[in-house]
Amino acid sequence: MRHALIAASLLAAGLGTTSLAHAGKTLDAIKARGQLICGVNEGLAGFSAADSQGKWSGLDVDACKAVAAAILGDANKVKWVPLNAQQRFTALQSGEIDVLSRNTTWTLTRDASLGLVFTGVTYYDGQGFMVPAKLKLKSATQLKGATVCVQSGTTTEKNLTDFSRANNLNIKPVVFEKVEAATSAYFAGRCIAYTTDASGLASVRNKEAKNPADHVILPDLISKEPLGPSVRRGDDEFFTIVKWVGFALIEAEDYGVTQANVDKMMTSENPAVGRLLGSTEDTGKLLGLDKAWAANAIKAVGNYGEMFERNVGPKSPLGLPRGLNNLWSNGGIMYAPPVR
Amino acid sequence: MTASASPPRTPPRQRDWSWRSRHVRGLIYQVVALGLIGLALWFLVHNTLTNMRVRGIQSGFDFLASPAGFDIGEHLIPYQSNDPYWMAFLVGVLNTLRVAVIGIVLTTILGTLLGIGRFSNNALVRGLCYAYVELFRNVPILLQLLMWYLFLVQALPPAGEPKSILGVFYIGAGGLSYPVPVWGLGQALAGAGALLGVLLSWLWARSARLHFERTGRPRAVLLPAIAFVLGGAILGWVVGGSPTAWNIPKAGGFSIEGGNSMTPEFIAVLLGLTLYTASYVAEVVRAGIAAVPHGQGEAAGALGLSKGQQMRLVSMPQALRVIIPPMTNQYLNLTKNSSLAVAIGYPDVVSIANTAINQTGRAVECIAIVMLVYLTTSLGTSALMNWYNKRAAIKER
Repeated sequence: MRHALIAASLLAAGLGTTSLAHAGKTLDAIKARGQLICGVNEGLAGFSAADSQGKWSGLDVDACKAVAAAILGDANKVKWVPLNAQQRFTALQSGEIDVLSRNTTWTLTRDASLGLVFTGVTYYDGQGFMVPAKLKLKSATQLKGATVCVQSGTTTEKNLTDFSRANNLNIKPVVFEKVEAATSAYFAGRCIAYTTDASGLASVRNKEAKNPADHVILPDLISKEPLGPSVRRGDDEFFTIVKWVGFALIEAEDYGVTQANVDKMMTSENPAVGRLLGSTEDTGKLLGLDKAWAANAIKAVGNYGEMFERNVGPKSPLGLPRGLNNLWSNGGIMYAPPVR
Repeated sequence: MTASASPPRTPPRQRDWSWRSRHVRGLIYQVVALGLIGLALWFLVHNTLTNMRVRGIQSGFDFLASPAGFDIGEHLIPYQSNDPYWMAFLVGVLNTLRVAVIGIVLTTILGTLLGIGRFSNNALVRGLCYAYVELFRNVPILLQLLMWYLFLVQALPPAGEPKSILGVFYIGAGGLSYPVPVWGLGQALAGAGALLGVLLSWLWARSARLHFERTGRPRAVLLPAIAFVLGGAILGWVVGGSPTAWNIPKAGGFSIEGGNSMTPEFIAVLLGLTLYTASYVAEVVRAGIAAVPHGQGEAAGALGLSKGQQMRLVSMPQALRVIIPPMTNQYLNLTKNSSLAVAIGYPDVVSIANTAINQTGRAVECIAIVMLVYLTTSLGTSALMNWYNKRAAIKER
């Protein structure tokens, strides 16, 4: 009986993978297909959300657009696959998507045992708490005995438990499968607090609260949550491409290359800019790409700073401060190895 | 047939091992089919394992012994976040069973009443039962669960400020808290006394039946049984020193300490599953009663049995034979539908498995565990119902 069951579930897993077991290299597949397939969040304003016309936007979405522009020369040649927290790794493992860019935290377990590799960090985040403003709480350590709404399939559950144990808070989690159920339960008063990454809290507060001012995000961040894209393990060339597209966007901000001035910068005197944009040296050949790969990516989404400001920055509806995500030269920790 | 006349002995059949033999061809088809199924299974298992290995996905059930590391909102057995994964799964399974067992009992009672109500002489009762069935069985269960849950948490005061009723009950979006007696010797003896009462009731019912068969005079059974159980419980409680200590919930800070509590998730799941399945059970019961020929009731009436006695002694026992097999299906449906509870945050086995999958990445293993759990519960329920069905089935004499 037991064996039959295991076999049956393996059967289900096997069906998804059989046809892809011997697929060619990811890059060749993308070029042949003329399309990058990118797994994103089903809806997290500022990171990945579709508008009423079905157009996707957000920081995670831009990361994929940049990769598509670098490989195919066109940022619109992307097929978006909205995924929930539990589907995301299976979708990548099974070859359903090429890149997973879905506010996913880079951890050792995921990097080492799930058959995927993280290519870098697009947003340095941390887990926080949102509580009703009328409770007048100052710190998350005041949440003794509180019920906390949380979405399943995330690292947040474990962080919450660790925080509760470390501070002897006896927090009771209420775990929901869907983020909408978790947030509506919180806004209905089922829980004292709602917890997720601080960026997600800002997104939810802005989008779903009747009056955003009625809810405060507590200052405590209880975890490190470096969010970034990941690709399937075992294809080093594609891994390198996605990794360096990310670096190129940071490098562009470093050298002041923007979406608007990228064509003008082609003739820049600065040799580093010439290398980056492919006007002097052809770095694309080493990656198996066109020499204007980085220029195309920047043309499509702007440099990292522009991406941040447009989607989540202080002037966007989310209004997140740049903080850790500032360039290393501006007090943040965003740093890219040199493109040369 | 009498024992002395043994059946004529047939000579042992000659097996014809030629290709033209139906048996041989049948055997070959079966072997080929079995072989193909086996091959397909082997291919899938092998392919999955190879793919997982190639992609560096680790597998195995060894993770069950390592600490789970996450809290669970409600648990019937003591559980802490540093307990192993198998304990977390056990908590989930017990939460599933808790909803399933209570749900089955409630749904049977409600469904039977509704089913009988369809035969009422009162047009209003008949109409209401009809409307109920049509309303609840035609709306998807997931929608009903979400509706009850959102209704509960929206209607109740927020978790931080529960409403107190008489100072001992607390109700809020955080749940319903109620006082429970402090467990002690008195309570244990009261329980033992009640058990003794149940035993006495059973003996009494037996003797009453024998008496009825001997003399044809019925004896009251229900009232003495209630008296036995209540009397036993009270006697035990008095012998135990009549303790009166109660564990009364007290609101403090963000949580309610003491007493027992039911979360809105549990109430919503139970309510949703019970009301939904009851509409099906009502139809099963109605069909069962309708299957008993009208003449049976009339004959019973002619013998002088009252309406209630007709239903209880003549119609229901015959209807049960038709009711029990489809009823098993409804019980299984209720148990399996409880897996939808994950949508509204009830920590059932699916919810625990979801979390475990995310923490460990062992998707295939965790899904296999969930399948095993549901299969075991369903087969167990079926076995129990089959046993009961055999008892209720017509006795050929």
